[in-house]
Amino acid sequence: MALDLARWQFGITTIYHFLFVPLTIGLAVIVASLQTAWHRTGRTEYLRATKFFGKLFLINFAMGVVTGIVQEFQFGMNWSAYSTFVGDVFGAPLAMEALLAFFLESTFIGLWIFGWDKLPRRVHLACIWAAAIGTNLSAYFILAANAWMRHPVGYDVDPTTGRARLTDIWAVLANDQAWSTYLHVVSAAFVIAGLFVAAVSAYKLMKERWGGRAPHPDEHPLFRRTLRAGFAVTMLAGSVVVFSGDHQAKLMAQYEPMKLAGAEALWTQEDGAGFSLFAVGDIQNGRNHVNIQVPKVLSFLATGDLEGNVQGINDVRARYEAVFGPGEYMPNVGVLYWAFRLMMGLGGAGIAISVLGLWLTRKGRLPDHRWMYRVVIAALPAALVANIFGWILTEMGRQPWTVMGELLTANSVSPGVSLAEVAISLGAFTAIYAVLAVIEAKLLFRYIKAGPAAVMPYPDPAADPDGAGEKTDDRIPAFVY
Amino acid sequence: MDLPVVWFVAVAFLWTGYLVLEGFDFGVGALLPVLGRDDTDRRVMINSIGPVWDGNEVWLITAVGATFAAFPAWYGSMLSGLYLPMLAILLALIARGVAFEYRGKVDDVAWRRRWDVAIVAGSTVPAFLWGVVFANLVRGLPMTADHVVTATLVELFSPYALLGGTLTLALFLVHGAVFLSLKTDGPVRLRARRFAAGAALVVVPLLVGFLGWTQALGGSRGSGGADWTLPVAVVAVLALIAGSALVARGREGRAFSATAVAVAALVVVIFGSLFPEVLPSTTDPAFSLDIRNAASAPYTLTVMSWIALVALPVVIGYQTWSYWVFRKRVTRADITGAH
Ligand code: HDD
Ligand code: HEM
Ligand code: HEM
Repeated sequence: MALDLARWQFGITTIYHFLFVPLTIGLAVIVASLQTAWHRTGRTEYLRATKFFGKLFLINFAMGVVTGIVQEFQFGMNWSAYSTFVGDVFGAPLAMEALLAFFLESTFIGLWIFGWDKLPRRVHLACIWAAAIGTNLSAYFILAANAWMRHPVGYDVDPTTGRARLTDIWAVLANDQAWSTYLHVVSAAFVIAGLFVAAVSAYKLMKERWGGRAPHPDEHPLFRRTLRAGFAVTMLAGSVVVFSGDHQAKLMAQYEPMKLAGAEALWTQEDGAGFSLFAVGDIQNGRNHVNIQVPKVLSFLATGDLEGNVQGINDVRARYEAVFGPGEYMPNVGVLYWAFRLMMGLGGAGIAISVLGLWLTRKGRLPDHRWMYRVVIAALPAALVANIFGWILTEMGRQPWTVMGELLTANSVSPGVSLAEVAISLGAFTAIYAVLAVIEAKLLFRYIKAGPAAVMPYPDPAADPDGAGEKTDDRIPAFVY
Repeated sequence: MDLPVVWFVAVAFLWTGYLVLEGFDFGVGALLPVLGRDDTDRRVMINSIGPVWDGNEVWLITAVGATFAAFPAWYGSMLSGLYLPMLAILLALIARGVAFEYRGKVDDVAWRRRWDVAIVAGSTVPAFLWGVVFANLVRGLPMTADHVVTATLVELFSPYALLGGTLTLALFLVHGAVFLSLKTDGPVRLRARRFAAGAALVVVPLLVGFLGWTQALGGSRGSGGADWTLPVAVVAVLALIAGSALVARGREGRAFSATAVAVAALVVVIFGSLFPEVLPSTTDPAFSLDIRNAASAPYTLTVMSWIALVALPVVIGYQTWSYWVFRKRVTRADITGAH
């Protein structure tokens, strides 16, 4: 029971953390790019966009930070047996993340927020880039740690202590599962960040057209531009997502055949296996009642060959029982199957909308139907949900292992922690996270509604009779808290 | 070189950095209603730590991450053994971090009031609980041969631990007040000065009491600490006295150095008394975790040493630079209107 609650807690808190993380990873780079554009061209429009999206970025960033600290402690609190077993290998990337990445981001974000009127412009611009590099770096280290759990390399198990022992740090950092996951997750983060920018812009353009009160005339070109920029980011990142996702599937076939078989509800091995579109299975007896397939696609996805062999659940199960002894090695097939499809479907829909959006907004056009704007806005939650299901596939598909082939989840929990303690912390985190989610969503919405004028007011035309335009280097007061 | 010893020192160093730095921003947060009479005052206070508190907090993440990598068994037993205090610290840090960021985002009195409560609670609770946690490490916890801590909540709040918690809270209040006197101007500066000078009357006896008790515990266990930690303990007390005397005379820069030394010396005494153990078992000394049986293999420690050797000076370099960038005092005049 304490095990189940600990798993729920890990799932809830990491998924929650990961709602903010992709936006942070992607928006940091987007905001830095906007500021670079301002720096290069001196056009106030870009500065205004930097400040507007920068504010939204910061509201989101705060949540990423505070929920991340929980993750850092959670391994020790709920999974002390796991921590003791793998710390030698797994702790290293985590410590590196803190030393090499978190210090960088947190210090330079502080300098960026408060440094507008204290730092030379170039140096100030360098600060946001340093923070952006930090976020992307931190993702690499944590994903290398996570990838190691799915494909452990560069270690042995000390026969006297029974603990894993690092033998080759390069193998851990250059793990093919690590860089492949990194490409997939970070490009997915840019899909989300691009859609965020596009959705905000679409909302503002929609309100301008159908919302009654007209905004400042400068807003229209600004949001048209960011709308397209958001689409472009999503489209480019989307292509990387698809390619790296294909690679992920091949690695999965190699390292975690059970996960792939589960995700496809494939019970027995097949050459030239088809990709399932819809299946109703009988998990008890290990077969499907209904299975609608596209022929040969699964074999291609898993092996790169239309006639390649893909193992089935029952085969892998028998093999694992022979190697690891009797036990249940089958993850929750129903969840995996639908998680895989929702990830690809919803995420793919988000990417497709961005491609379509680019087409519809070409040469200065804008769609005339209100529902089209709503579709763009809906693409953002769809992509976020796709991400969540991707992680559910990854993590639940690894079950019953925490470290594939080495350590079972059941043997990972803290032996001394009581059910009551886990229940209290699960309740407390869920409650505080729920409250904060509402607050953050309200704040984001408030700032989106108020628009760029709220973070950087437009000059009073009466005060600028000769039409000299806005001064671009108005020193911005920095005491923001 | 003896790598587990090196990493024990490294972990102690990271905790020292954390408590010296976050110590003052905990102090500032907890003093919000005491020294900030109106909203502008409170914003002066919050902005004085605004650019740096997150960077300070990363010292904690690094200390914990380094413990995980270098002493996995210590990390696992400590965090699972002190489950509920750790939970409370996490909840407090969440509330506080969000509060700093969100407080100024809506111009509404009730909104700010609520976030002020989060800042005060979020600063006070960890300032107190870190003392409780470290006192428990020094005193030891009931722990089985498999290093499973079996302490009940009541056992965690022993008189010694309560004294430790009261001390860290009080010490951070003084440290924070001295910081405010150094980094702000106007009414907050004056009130902070008065508070820091006066509070020493209470904090010095607390510090003497806790350090004396700690020395006695270290001596009774026969750990190497008790001899050489005694002069460090004396330094801690003298530094605190000097700090309050200096701030009363308006020598704020030196006073801040002095209270920083007092916090650092306290942490050194704590880790010195612990060494070579990292989590003593009160059930049976043979069950204790020490720097040998808790440590990672030499290869990991070597890798980590190289990384720390290269990265830490760089980190300290740019953090120092960021303090230098924000060296000017924050005043009420800076606050008007800006958001
Ligand atoms: C916008 C989000 C998004 C989209 C459109 C896709 N994915 Fe994905 N996928 C993720 C977001 C994601 C993720 C949330 O980022 C995961 C979870 C863990 C990970 O490595 O990335 C993931 C995991 C993940 C895994 C599991 C890796 C493992 O457990 O070893 C596979 C096999 C794929 N993806 C494959 C694909 C394929 C073939 C896609 C085809 C279009 C695809 N993904 C689109
Ligand atoms: C941020 C992205 C992540 C998400 C969304 C995520 C999601 C999840 C979910 C949903 C579970 C519950 C699985 C189940 O109950 O079957 C879980 C479990 C777990 N995950 Fe992850 N995870 C993430 C990253 C990581 C990383 C980076 C690590 C390690 C570094 C990790 C380690 C674990 C562990 C130890 C468990 C507990 C054992 C288990 O029940 O599987 N996760 N995670
Ligand atoms: C379960 C494993 C995880 C742990 C232990 C963890 C740890 C942390 C910590 C301690 C923070 C706060 C840093 C700060 O205060 O500045 C944080 C934030 C963050 N993490 Fe995670 N994290 C996990 C999962 C992930 C994953 C899978 C990714 C990326 C793919 C990620 C990327 C980030 C980013 C970009 C932030 C944003 C805010 C910031 O870094 O300050 N994290 N994480």
